[in-house]
Amino acid sequence: MTHTPNSLRTQPDARGHFGQFGGRYVAETLMPLILDLERHYRAAQADPAFRAEFDYLLKHYVGRPSPLWFAERLTNELGGAKIYLKREDLNHTGAHKINNCIGQILLAKRMGKTRIIAETGAGQHGVATATVAALFGLPCTIFMGAVDVARQQPNVFRMKLLGAEVVAVESGAKTLKDAMNEALRHWVANVHDTFYIIGTVAGPHPYPELVRDFQSVIGDEAKAQILEAEGRLPDMLIAPVGGGSNAIGLFHPFLDDAEVEIVGVEAAGEGLDGKHAASLAGGRPGILHGNKTYLLQDEDGQITEAHSISAGLDYPGIGPEHSWLHDIGRVRYQPVTDAEALASFQKLTKLEGIIPALESAHAIAAAERIAPTLGKDKIIIVNCSGRGDKDIFTVADALGVAL
Amino acid sequence: MSRFAAAFAKPRPALVAFITGGDGDTAANLDALVAGGADVIELGMPFTDPMADGPAIQAANLRSLAKGTTTADIFGYAAAFRSRHPDTPLVLMGYANPMTVRGGDWFAAECAKAGVDGVICVDIPSEEDAEIGPALRAAGVDLIRLATPTTDAARLPDVLNGASGFLYYVSVAGITGQQQAAQTSIDTAVARLKAETALPVAVGFGVRTAEQAAQIAKVADGVVVGSAFIDIIAEHGDAAAPHVEAFTRTLADAIHGAKEIAA
Repeated sequence: MTHTPNSLRTQPDARGHFGQFGGRYVAETLMPLILDLERHYRAAQADPAFRAEFDYLLKHYVGRPSPLWFAERLTNELGGAKIYLKREDLNHTGAHKINNCIGQILLAKRMGKTRIIAETGAGQHGVATATVAALFGLPCTIFMGAVDVARQQPNVFRMKLLGAEVVAVESGAKTLKDAMNEALRHWVANVHDTFYIIGTVAGPHPYPELVRDFQSVIGDEAKAQILEAEGRLPDMLIAPVGGGSNAIGLFHPFLDDAEVEIVGVEAAGEGLDGKHAASLAGGRPGILHGNKTYLLQDEDGQITEAHSISAGLDYPGIGPEHSWLHDIGRVRYQPVTDAEALASFQKLTKLEGIIPALESAHAIAAAERIAPTLGKDKIIIVNCSGRGDKDIFTVADALGVAL
Repeated sequence: MSRFAAAFAKPRPALVAFITGGDGDTAANLDALVAGGADVIELGMPFTDPMADGPAIQAANLRSLAKGTTTADIFGYAAAFRSRHPDTPLVLMGYANPMTVRGGDWFAAECAKAGVDGVICVDIPSEEDAEIGPALRAAGVDLIRLATPTTDAARLPDVLNGASGFLYYVSVAGITGQQQAAQTSIDTAVARLKAETALPVAVGFGVRTAEQAAQIAKVADGVVVGSAFIDIIAEHGDAAAPHVEAFTRTLADAIHGAKEIAA
């Protein structure tokens, strides 16, 4: 791939920094392993056989390319820009997470690692990791906050069916951040044989880079698909951002296309003046989980608890490349509340017959806000990052329906 | 001579004792450590996400934060300790975010002002030294680096470059207070480290008894004990000081006499 001299697609630098963000803030025990992972990733990037196996699995196992669906009824209802949905919900296991897991387990295999661990919030990444571990016949342990275990029972059961051990993490707020702490603790004690499949574009370098690269298939496909459907690039991309892997996967191939406006959607929970998970809107740069990025924290640097109705967005940080794209202004980040996401969850379901994940419903809500302000000749691509079957209990509860 | 140099110049191995600031009666426990014979004190700065710590120190962090401990409180404990104990070296140990949130320069200046001799930051490896290293060195505060079983020969020079005070050898690839390393692996590792650096080498992680400490003290310049003190504080709360002092004395006797027994 060629880059223009002023390309926004050449990050991070050799030390894993995106501007002031990213880096490798890990305990010394992990540092040699991180460096080893980077060496193996560079070798894999240079090996056509690695890419060929990745592409083969994405096509025949994941079911790619995922469709780009023109959401005509939603478009007509909103009365503005044409809305296309990138259907990551149709992937095997029901979300974009599997793209990254395929890439990382191929790396694990190259490195001769024999055990897989992962953290999970909503359980989508846990299910995707347990799935590829089953496919490759590797034992797998998933760390999941005890609160998330309780609110995502169907995914917990799926992981167990797939042969994974699920560890309910009881520390802290018992959600994604705590699951990641526990996965790091386990990893540091088992570095000799264990590969940690991080589920988002965060953690120490090279994770934010390699997860982005594996997820960029989303944007690469979307670009080709919109050119085929409309003969031109879209005017806007919208994607939900927790850690931000689906978003960076869609955005990255378009970063140098200046005519494409890019919007990331943060979870505003109960509102920015209440409990939320919007690290860019409500946080400051800091260091957590191996990287420097925007974090929800107090004046002493203690991390504050995030809240979102969507377990997948319930994290007090964000991937470092998003922090950088925010600071340089290339991507505009907007908050969407639990209530707005719930309304959009129902609207998309009724209008298009697509039940989106609550994460994805945040992006739909932003599209509902923006599309009517744009002309009918404009085109928006929204990342429907996952399907919402896993969320029906949460949604029923929020709507006061007993199942 | 710096306080570290003086502490490690004694003709006997040193006991390096760790407690978490703000957990229990910190001032009384610090005094108990000194009275019991600890040679170097590590005061833990509590953090919401202590990723390298086992259950005992995790719980101590959360107990401290639940009581409302702030960074200002930690520097308050340090400054008061320095005025009571002018000669005992004091290390602040913790995680990057609380240390860098107001900037490395601010943190280093506060350390110097409070009479802190050294800093251990768990999640700032040599690759990210710029975050805090230059500021500490400019302020005359030692940056104590960690070496681990995974720190290979190629990497060790990077770890040692910019390290001062002493070198902390994390004897197990793991978290604090859990499994114990095999003594033979510690012997080999300490010999390897001492061949590469003139800094004193202290060994920690998983050391809970006087017997273990004495074994390690035969080869190392210092032995670090943390979780075992935290367990005592967890059990006795604000009345832990006499128990801390008694346990310190047991450890100190074992460590200080280790090389004489060996000889």
